Amino acid sequence: MAEKKLMKGNEALSEGAIRAGCRFFAGYPITPQNEVPEYMSWRLPQVGGAFVQAESEVSAINMVYGAGATGVRCMTSSSSPGISLKQEGISYAAGADLPIFIGNIMRGGPGLGNIAGAQGDYWQATRGGGHGDYRCFVMAPNSVTELANFPHKCYEVSFKYRLPSMVLADGILGQMMEPVEFTTPEVDPKTLTEPAWALGINNGRAKRIVKSYDLKEGGVEIMVNERVQRYKAIEAAETMYEEKMLEDAEIAIVAYGISARVSVAAMKLARERGLKVGLFRPITLWPFPKARIVELSKRIKHFIAVEMSLGQMVEDVQLALNGRSEVHLYAKPGASVINAEDVCNVIEKIVKKGAKEYAAAK
Amino acid sequence: MQLLNKHPESLLDVKMHYCPGCGHGIIHRLVAEVMDELNIRTKTIGVAPVGCAVFADTYFNCDMIQGPHGRGPAEATGIKRAKPDSIVFSYQGDGDLASIGMAEIVHAAIRSENITVIFVNNAIYGMTGGQMAPTTLMGQKATTCVDGRTAKQAGYPIKMSEMLATVDGATYLERTTVHTAPGVLKTKSAIKKAFQNQIDCKGFSMVEILSMCPTNWGTRLDNPSEATKFVAEGMLPVFPLGVYKDLKRD
Repeated sequence: MAEKKLMKGNEALSEGAIRAGCRFFAGYPITPQNEVPEYMSWRLPQVGGAFVQAESEVSAINMVYGAGATGVRCMTSSSSPGISLKQEGISYAAGADLPIFIGNIMRGGPGLGNIAGAQGDYWQATRGGGHGDYRCFVMAPNSVTELANFPHKCYEVSFKYRLPSMVLADGILGQMMEPVEFTTPEVDPKTLTEPAWALGINNGRAKRIVKSYDLKEGGVEIMVNERVQRYKAIEAAETMYEEKMLEDAEIAIVAYGISARVSVAAMKLARERGLKVGLFRPITLWPFPKARIVELSKRIKHFIAVEMSLGQMVEDVQLALNGRSEVHLYAKPGASVINAEDVCNVIEKIVKKGAKEYAAAK
Repeated sequence: MQLLNKHPESLLDVKMHYCPGCGHGIIHRLVAEVMDELNIRTKTIGVAPVGCAVFADTYFNCDMIQGPHGRGPAEATGIKRAKPDSIVFSYQGDGDLASIGMAEIVHAAIRSENITVIFVNNAIYGMTGGQMAPTTLMGQKATTCVDGRTAKQAGYPIKMSEMLATVDGATYLERTTVHTAPGVLKTKSAIKKAFQNQIDCKGFSMVEILSMCPTNWGTRLDNPSEATKFVAEGMLPVFPLGVYKDLKRD
């Protein structure tokens, strides 16, 4: 069994990225993700990597854009308002096919909002966020151990398919401490082959260009369509989810990240009350596990999305189901924490009393 | 017959899109000649801006990256830190460097980032069609100040070399011009020094080069001396040439 360490979520994410081969980090302070740049600042030099505290999130993402263009595994992290500032750079990285990695420890918004954990940036993370037609690979951990191990998968997918990837967590996961097990193999960057597009010492080979533009008529259309093929391959091969007690379930909670954590407790409570409730947890938010939800709808007629937002992920559930089952929503925005008892009561009202007030808007 | 000057290896022999009388072509050639002379072409990574020089990525014969408007010094920082053995330069205009990218250039200097910046100042937005730049002169006409720049409406032109000279991290700052032949030669030696500093790990170096934009200044394209006269009589009094910083760092 792998060694277990007690770690804070943000530190686990940082150490996980380094173990996955990260050797460059640029970031800017913002609560509740400050432990990431703090950890990287002393830890990266120990493994021969480089850390820069940038003057802004805008600058940090562009440092990562530059570092990423050299083919090194690199990372930036931030929280909601800072991720908004990074969107220009993320769009350019997507347009230049750069495999950069972003940690997003969400807080309450819009605007300055607050500094507590929230899930209000689901749309921003899964719909691109910046300008133009593109996708990011987005993973949603629900524990400190997953925060530690997901960077490995993000780098794998990012480098294989050449797109930005993001771990989408929240202030609760970032700040909480848990025993952590590093289960993914440690990556020594020296053993990785340099990508064929990477900028660097060229020893006489032809020059390489990293760019996101093409002004020829139809040029960008060709670029985007080529990317669409890669997006389809990711949807087919890299979609991840977890299921709990769905075998006999009549109602499925759909929740990711910290909400899924609370939903496990809600599910157990509901089972004690004789309700056949299970949990479907999307692990990749893009690609969203649509096909599996459709399969489940053959026998599950009630899906309830539970999320700490005004109701964002619920739209992906509806898109997947396309009217096949009833979709309900229990959502709390503004970084207000949901609790298991409330979730369980809502389920009870829907199942036993046919409550309509939780029906997701069509 | 003896060949005295050949096309630099560091510049591809392709048709450029620059307007007649524009200074970018001259400055590209100078950067390329310096790369040849310092024998750094195969380890140089250039950062192209947003603006008239956006296609510099296709002109220089070295690895190139093109990114967001004004963020060149940040991109250069990431490249240099990730690949310290490479030589990195950021090529930027005045809208890119002194307006939208003001924070990035100042903080690259503050960190004394070991990079070379080629800053082309022609006092106008060229690519977008002649809007007012932060370096536009008082009274100079532009498409966003059709009666000329006024202090009341838009303040005063920014002097980047003078400003960056106050930053401890800036190692070498020189302002030159390409509107005269001696200016071109002087510009080349300044560019060479800015690259040599990086080879010697001396930190942040920037050459600010005054350059012509006949198209957007509205000077006659068939009479280039109108544009060089604008540099001499309009720009030089506001942007005096010279070395603004030259630190000997070990």
